[in-house]
Amino acid sequence: MIEPPVHPSLLAIDTKGNEMALLQVDNMTHHFGGLRAVHNYSLAIEPGQLRGLIGPNGAGKTTIFNLITGRYTPTEGDISLEGTSLIGMKPHEIASLGLSRTFQNLRLWRHMTVLEHVKMARYSKLSYGLTGAFFSTRKRRDEEEDTAKEALRLLRRVGADQYADQVVTNLPYGAQRRVELARALAVEPKVLFLDEPTAGMNPEELRQIMEIIRSIHADFGFAIFLIEHRMRFVMELCEIIQTLDFGEVIAEGTPDEIRNDERVIDAYLGKDIEI
Amino acid sequence: MAVVSQTLTTRWTSLRMWLARMWRPFQPVPLLGWLAAILVGVVIERAIGAPLAQALGMSRVPALFGFVIMLKNPELFFSALLYVFLIYLLPIAVLARTSMRIANQISGKLIGYSVTVSSLVHLVVLYIALFLWSGESDYRVLVAKLAMIAIITTLSLNVVNGYMGEFSCSHPGFMALGAYAASVLTVSLFVDDNLLGQALLPPELGPFVFPISLIIGGTVAAAGALIVAIPSFRTRGDYLAIISLAFMFIVKSLFENLEMFGGPRGLANQPDYASLTTIFIWTIACIWVINNFVRSTMGKALNAVRDGEMAADAMTVNTRRTKMTAFLFAAFWAGVAGGLLAHVIRYINPDTFGIRRLAEVLAMVYLGGLNAVAGSIVGGVGFVLMSEALRPLEILKWIMIPVLLILLMVFRPTGLIAFREFEPEKFLRPKIEPDD
Repeated sequence: MIEPPVHPSLLAIDTKGNEMALLQVDNMTHHFGGLRAVHNYSLAIEPGQLRGLIGPNGAGKTTIFNLITGRYTPTEGDISLEGTSLIGMKPHEIASLGLSRTFQNLRLWRHMTVLEHVKMARYSKLSYGLTGAFFSTRKRRDEEEDTAKEALRLLRRVGADQYADQVVTNLPYGAQRRVELARALAVEPKVLFLDEPTAGMNPEELRQIMEIIRSIHADFGFAIFLIEHRMRFVMELCEIIQTLDFGEVIAEGTPDEIRNDERVIDAYLGKDIEI
Repeated sequence: MAVVSQTLTTRWTSLRMWLARMWRPFQPVPLLGWLAAILVGVVIERAIGAPLAQALGMSRVPALFGFVIMLKNPELFFSALLYVFLIYLLPIAVLARTSMRIANQISGKLIGYSVTVSSLVHLVVLYIALFLWSGESDYRVLVAKLAMIAIITTLSLNVVNGYMGEFSCSHPGFMALGAYAASVLTVSLFVDDNLLGQALLPPELGPFVFPISLIIGGTVAAAGALIVAIPSFRTRGDYLAIISLAFMFIVKSLFENLEMFGGPRGLANQPDYASLTTIFIWTIACIWVINNFVRSTMGKALNAVRDGEMAADAMTVNTRRTKMTAFLFAAFWAGVAGGLLAHVIRYINPDTFGIRRLAEVLAMVYLGGLNAVAGSIVGGVGFVLMSEALRPLEILKWIMIPVLLILLMVFRPTGLIAFREFEPEKFLRPKIEPDD
């Protein structure tokens, strides 16, 4: 395991005065009824890191995403973002604190336009309230206009601004993925969770999304935590990779370390496969 | 079967092409032109309607575009048709076409000035036309009032069943709460009533207090909605449908057993405050507020909740608050509609707000179209007119209307106008003449 050097000012301090990572998960365990889905999982993401989570199907990767983003509440353990515990918070509260995500199978809203999708992710930043919504006040019109501008800027960033006024179901698959990414960016995340961002993509779309992820990471400077099946993609992109099997972390380290880890090869890749 | 459907389809397409060709000369007519032409048509009817009707063998002016007369006296079919053609279709078409250029110029100037001014001018013209049209008979006034109340009811239910995608059945219950609350207020304050005692305030104050009593009615309905919303929005699914249906019956039996409000005999003597003007203003206010709401990002959050609650949550949308707000908001307008209805028919009993009303409201929403403000306006007005026009069929009417709804479900499952945004600015704009 390696600890990358982090500037002290970027570290949050918890209530006991201990230094904490930007996003820290301590000994998280989760049971679905009698099934133990995640066991004793820990994670520490520093600002600006690019981390990967791999593991065979059913290892509990998406469950970990759902636990951290507040979809489920862990049976045991603690999750904190910048020193604030996220346990017991609603998903939308956690999201507005700066944890944004995309989904494995796109979860776009089928009757809404692309622009409306990205605007929606600014929901918690709107301040015009119900008065504005009902009576179309000047404040509301200004805010909606600013939000639209911001949304367009993000769409341009992922190369989907030409679709702005189209209903999202009319878009090609790769473009839908990019819209989902722009939507996640609009939340202004401190950590961005990407759940299999390349699922179902052809090589051309794959190259595009990789470029986009790299460049938004460089520009926005947030941390990225991603689940991925394509080994080459993860190995090329991530600084640190965790490997999960049956809900437990079996290895954590740089791509090179993971590539050569016995347990990873045994549990995940099979004994005789070269990578 | 296939052959039949094929000939039907070809007929249908040729009919549509014919209609499109007929429509082409009227394409550049702006909304203002149509409204002005309709206004003139109505003036013509007021001037020569009665003698023309008599000359055509009818005893009086056909109240609802001749439908009732056609169904009552089939031998007068052609005279009714001719009347509608001479009084409405011909003058309106000719005027709309001839006044096209000037109407476009005025429209352009108005919209250049401001959207608000332009909307107000359009609304005033519409109101005058409606006022003159309904001035012909009390029956027309009643139909116009019921149609506008139907718009409020339909639109508010569309917020829940269309925009939010839940299935709520408690709208008659909310209407009942609003109707009773508003009636109790106006009757106890301004009328000497056996049930609610002597008038407490001078009746001159009545019309000024009426809007307040409607708002109180709406608030009571919203409070009722809170009772439904708290248990049913914990999870998604059919819970709301079941709980809201139960709520409707609870409200109904509540009023049946409350002797202080007349019990099953109901509450009468509501003062005549719900004039055409009052209802018109409330209807426009309702359309404006609801349209503002559903077009804002806060309102669009309803669509996000409907089409993917998990994604909405992850995108910082407070889904529970969104659902509660929209539900209470819809109930408020249902309460206002109930209050207005009580003061139009000036008698309510618990049965007014039963399962029949529910069927009617649902029919209006699904006829007009989900997730569309324009759809709800068309649905509400269309259903009221249809149900009045088919009145001579008596019991057959309740066979005809469901059959029409089934046909609609087959050919247009989402309703006449669905999933479309209602942008007043677009309607108010002048139309451009196509270059030949």
